Amino acid sequence: MSQTTVIPAATAELPTPPDRAHFLSGTAPRWCPGCGCFGVLKSLTATYARLGVPRERLVTISGIGCTSRLPYYTGTYGFHTLHGRAPSVALGVKLVNPELSVWVISGDGDALAIGTNHTLHLLRRNPDIKMLLLNNQIYGLTKGQASPTSPLGLVTRSTPYGVADAPINPVNLALAAGASFVARVADTNGAMMEEVFAAAHAHRGVAFVEVLLNCVTFHDGAYAMITDKDTRDEYALAMCPGQPLLYGKQQRKVLVADNGRILALPLAEGEAVPDQALRHDPQAGDAGLAQQLALMGPPDLPCALGIFRQVQAPVYGLDPKPD
Amino acid sequence: MNPVHAAVDLPDPDLIQVQTLDEITVKFAGDSGDGIQLAGQKFALLASAAGETVRTMPDYPAEIRSPVGTLGGVSGFQVRTGSAGIHTPGDRIDLLVALNPAALRTNLPELKANGIVILDESAFTATNLAKAGYPGNPLEDGSLRDYRVFPVQIGKLTRGALKGLALSTKQTTRSRNFFALGLICWLFPRPRAAVDEWIEQRFAATPELAKANHRAFDAGWNYGETAEYFVSPLHVATNQRMREAGVYRLVTGNAALAKGLVQSARRAGLSLFLGGYPITPATEVMQELSRYRDPDVHMFQAEDEIAAIGSAIGAAFAGALGATSTSGPGLSLMGEFLNLAVIAELPLVVIDVQRAGPSTGIPTKSEQADLLQALHGRHGESPLPVLAAATPADCFATVVEASRIALRYMTPVVVLSDLSLASGAEVWREPALDELPEFTLHRSVAAADFKPYRRDPETLARPWAVPGDPGMEHVIGGLEKAGESGAVCYEAENHAAMVQLRHDKVAGIARDYPATAVHGGTDACLLLLGWGSTFGAIREATDRLRQRGRSVACLHLRHLNPLPHDLGEALRRHRAVLVIENNSGQLWQQLRAEYLLDLQRLNKVQGTAFRIAEIVEATESLLETLP
Ligand code: SF4
Repeated sequence: MSQTTVIPAATAELPTPPDRAHFLSGTAPRWCPGCGCFGVLKSLTATYARLGVPRERLVTISGIGCTSRLPYYTGTYGFHTLHGRAPSVALGVKLVNPELSVWVISGDGDALAIGTNHTLHLLRRNPDIKMLLLNNQIYGLTKGQASPTSPLGLVTRSTPYGVADAPINPVNLALAAGASFVARVADTNGAMMEEVFAAAHAHRGVAFVEVLLNCVTFHDGAYAMITDKDTRDEYALAMCPGQPLLYGKQQRKVLVADNGRILALPLAEGEAVPDQALRHDPQAGDAGLAQQLALMGPPDLPCALGIFRQVQAPVYGLDPKPD
Repeated sequence: MNPVHAAVDLPDPDLIQVQTLDEITVKFAGDSGDGIQLAGQKFALLASAAGETVRTMPDYPAEIRSPVGTLGGVSGFQVRTGSAGIHTPGDRIDLLVALNPAALRTNLPELKANGIVILDESAFTATNLAKAGYPGNPLEDGSLRDYRVFPVQIGKLTRGALKGLALSTKQTTRSRNFFALGLICWLFPRPRAAVDEWIEQRFAATPELAKANHRAFDAGWNYGETAEYFVSPLHVATNQRMREAGVYRLVTGNAALAKGLVQSARRAGLSLFLGGYPITPATEVMQELSRYRDPDVHMFQAEDEIAAIGSAIGAAFAGALGATSTSGPGLSLMGEFLNLAVIAELPLVVIDVQRAGPSTGIPTKSEQADLLQALHGRHGESPLPVLAAATPADCFATVVEASRIALRYMTPVVVLSDLSLASGAEVWREPALDELPEFTLHRSVAAADFKPYRRDPETLARPWAVPGDPGMEHVIGGLEKAGESGAVCYEAENHAAMVQLRHDKVAGIARDYPATAVHGGTDACLLLLGWGSTFGAIREATDRLRQRGRSVACLHLRHLNPLPHDLGEALRRHRAVLVIENNSGQLWQQLRAEYLLDLQRLNKVQGTAFRIAEIVEATESLLETLP
């Protein structure tokens, strides 16, 4: 009948200790020097090396855009698909072989313009697929047009008088779609990326991670306030589950809720964290506070980083269908 | 109206005087709530069990919820049964069962002159007549004088038969379908026991309804026996030749497509994955597959047709037989992904159940106008095989052949069906798995010298290493690839070579075809050529013309790309070739371009299939003009 023999290679064993190079293809990346994508590739492959999943069971699937070139540089199975359509291809892969660890690499134009529909449906269905959205707020591959996450007023090659339409907040969108795991990290923080990517892998269900990505060529410094050494204490807040939401130099600023609005209060010298301080709970009953935190950003409030939401929900394609 | 003794009073050589008929076309019609489809299907199954060849065609109301009794709410089910030569659901109706005035008015134009109408006289009330748009009562104004009309108080008699049962008025009214079925089953004798058994099974959960249907059926049957409308039952010729041992069933084209996908995957030892999105008239394919509990049969209802094919491509990349089913508008949306499957060289079966276009067009009407889209509707040089099914049951064989090609050549394949095949049905024996052709897979790969685009020398197919196979990790995508390695490559020479390679690979598929068969002899003066659902009408037209002594043959194409190697030669043997299509000449145009032959064409784009008579007539006129 059919011949389905596959002769395994001698190289199938995982190297010990795990070696990031084992998860690289050896093809030299073609991104602009200094592009944030290098950091993501590094953290992702370092995560791959930590997972204990053999290389042949990892699948890296992307759409179209600068960031979507990433699969070519990994040593895993990869599929560079169509603009915006990676989630649908990933679903097909995962549904026929649930043993695989499937990662979608996407960008803001890819996942939130042409592919928004697929992104939303991937998130609400909750398959066990991990999606990284590398958000540089610009179209890089086509050389600098406004994207759906470009801030109002941004001058680009397609908006010489400034962006006139309001941007999408990716984390907020993912939360609204009902994603069971939602996080945000910055491309400059390798340690946090690795930690969050590993948590995404460990999560049973869909995981959505927005990576704030710097495009040095067409939108340099988009996240400078959040990532620069001099300003990041003031404008980035790393969330810790169960802990009060603190930031600032020596963590001396705290977030509180005032009549439904989030406010930042400075703590006086020696003052204890007040009781009304907001605490971070990724497993909260609903995503309401997480959505408010997602919308925060400079200059009034810090940009929240880390895991916004992590809840258990029936996993599409793994858990039995409800009768 | 006085009862008519049919055999005495109506000397109609076609129907009544001859007690064994070659064939008969019966149409059940009524309101969409009248259970018409059920009665029609049952009649067809009984005919099939009696050994007759059966073809059926339903027509559903144009609107989902039309008011009861209106023209828009009419549901119909046409059954043609008889001896071996039957290939279509019938040009015209011999016998119409009309449960209300709207059903009569809608279907009368399809009734043969002197045809029989059995109608429910109790439904011909002033209100119902008005809803059907009749100014008066056709039973009284003589407008039905060209037909043989048998008014029966079906409603009243059914009510009488069901007296004493705990049923609502609605349930009682609905049981009229069984009265009608009983009457027709007396007229064309069908084993009553089979019907009784079936009623028990089907209505096991609702014993009161089972009782009602038994009684209504009996009442209809007994009415036939005692009412003296008909002198005796009529017999239809059977087709014993088709009775090989096996399980026979009435199968629609869409059901056969679904079954064909499942059996192909099983034969190949693979999982089946179909990504689908609801679209008329293809939806039943995904619905059929959704019923399987087999873990190796996946049906994924996507958010749109783009995701439907995208998920199928992902599944193919992961080692399953990938498939999707859609109609013309969906195929348009799938174009970009189809190209990805072409360049990534993954096995994929894409089914297009065509309907009348362009745009939303007429979703409930049939057409064959997506051929050029299937052949050429993609950007770049993007060859892929295109196949078409000829009959509802042939949808099975066509999908099996498409799957075989997809796997053997690592390519997406488009299968064309259409609405008339999708909802039409014929009796079919499902072949056992080992009766299907063998499938070649390209999964035998040694990791040591694995190259994702190193080709099989014979088929030019690339190896199919899938995630989970150790040592063969590779990345594929839509960017142009270098020869063997599959690495991204923009070099001019390489691109030219890859375009040629993809072309040669698809062209090579024709080597597998059997010799092109002409029905009616290669020496005929005129060749009728078709593809897809025109098969039945062309075939029967050819047989009729040959009976009249005309020098006509016919040829039907399953493979539309690549075309059979011997097709040009076959066409050149005849003095003239008439290409018959439910479009404006799409295959005709292709063939003229391919063979530089001055072919003739016959086209129909009215949303309905050709009648046999239309083809006979057109052929006769063409024959007159030939030297
Ligand atoms: S254009 Fe921007 S995003 Fe693209 S590779 Fe260059 S720096 Fe990176």
